[in-house]
Amino acid sequence: MWTYNKHLQYPINIRTPNPKLAQVIISQYGGPDGELGASLRYLSQRFGMPDQKSKAVLNDIGTEELGHLEMVGTLVHQLTKGCTPQQMQEMGLSAYYTDHGFGVYPQSAGGFPFSAAAIAVKGDPIADLTEDLAAEQKARATYEKLIDLCKDDPDVIDVLRFLREREIVHFQRFGEALNNVQDKLAEKRWYTGMRNNTVNGVNTISNLKNMNTNNRNGSCGCNY
Amino acid sequence: MGCNCGCNNSNQQEMLMQIRELRFSVNDLALYLDTHPCDRRAIALHNQYSRELRNLTDEYQRKYGPLTIECPCNKWRWIDLPWPWERS
Repeated sequence: MWTYNKHLQYPINIRTPNPKLAQVIISQYGGPDGELGASLRYLSQRFGMPDQKSKAVLNDIGTEELGHLEMVGTLVHQLTKGCTPQQMQEMGLSAYYTDHGFGVYPQSAGGFPFSAAAIAVKGDPIADLTEDLAAEQKARATYEKLIDLCKDDPDVIDVLRFLREREIVHFQRFGEALNNVQDKLAEKRWYTGMRNNTVNGVNTISNLKNMNTNNRNGSCGCNY
Repeated sequence: MGCNCGCNNSNQQEMLMQIRELRFSVNDLALYLDTHPCDRRAIALHNQYSRELRNLTDEYQRKYGPLTIECPCNKWRWIDLPWPWERS
């Protein structure tokens, strides 16, 4: 389970409200490459992972993404806080104001409500971890586009840069988790001759279960 | 427990920033250790930062109020203190 810490992972203090920026930044709240999707993707995929490292990576990155969700929500909140309905209208947020007022609703920049259709849980560690690598790059690319659009507000850019960097670290960790899974599968295939566990060199569930057991028995999988 | 907050706001903000930095370091080292569990230097750093985080969090909570609902108290200050998304 989780325990809430009553502080943001990185401080946010937006001095100048700007609903126009909120309207695009909200995409990282509930859009296709946003933090809600990221946390749900990783926290759901972890149940299907065969080895100890990828379970841990998905669990811990998924948890951090929940903190990022809070940060993006904070950006949207502070960028609209104190504005009048007229200002929302002038900045092109009439539709948003009509449906959500000054609340923070999980939607994309284009107004599409959050959809789990943007995430995948394949129940296959290679497919899922490869999707996660792409997801981190898409989030990184989205933050870069947002930084381009928020050039006038250093308070906002500072936060977006922090979030962008975290995507790069996560990409690195997912790459290592994927390598670990692939190495483990290769080990089984070539050195232990588990005749029932591979079909044409492709690993099956029973192979993955063995891998899991091996890890629990103390082999940490390090090469040194 | 603790004082009535607001008596030394800048010190409070400074302490909170240190807590953020320590938690960030602990978190980032944890991600690294998830894929490099045998790295002794990373474990040593993780131990050091975790201890510092615990001590500083205890001190902060005694002075300024709870950061989690697991902080024992005589008066329920959880609802009085500002929330992280609010502009300071």
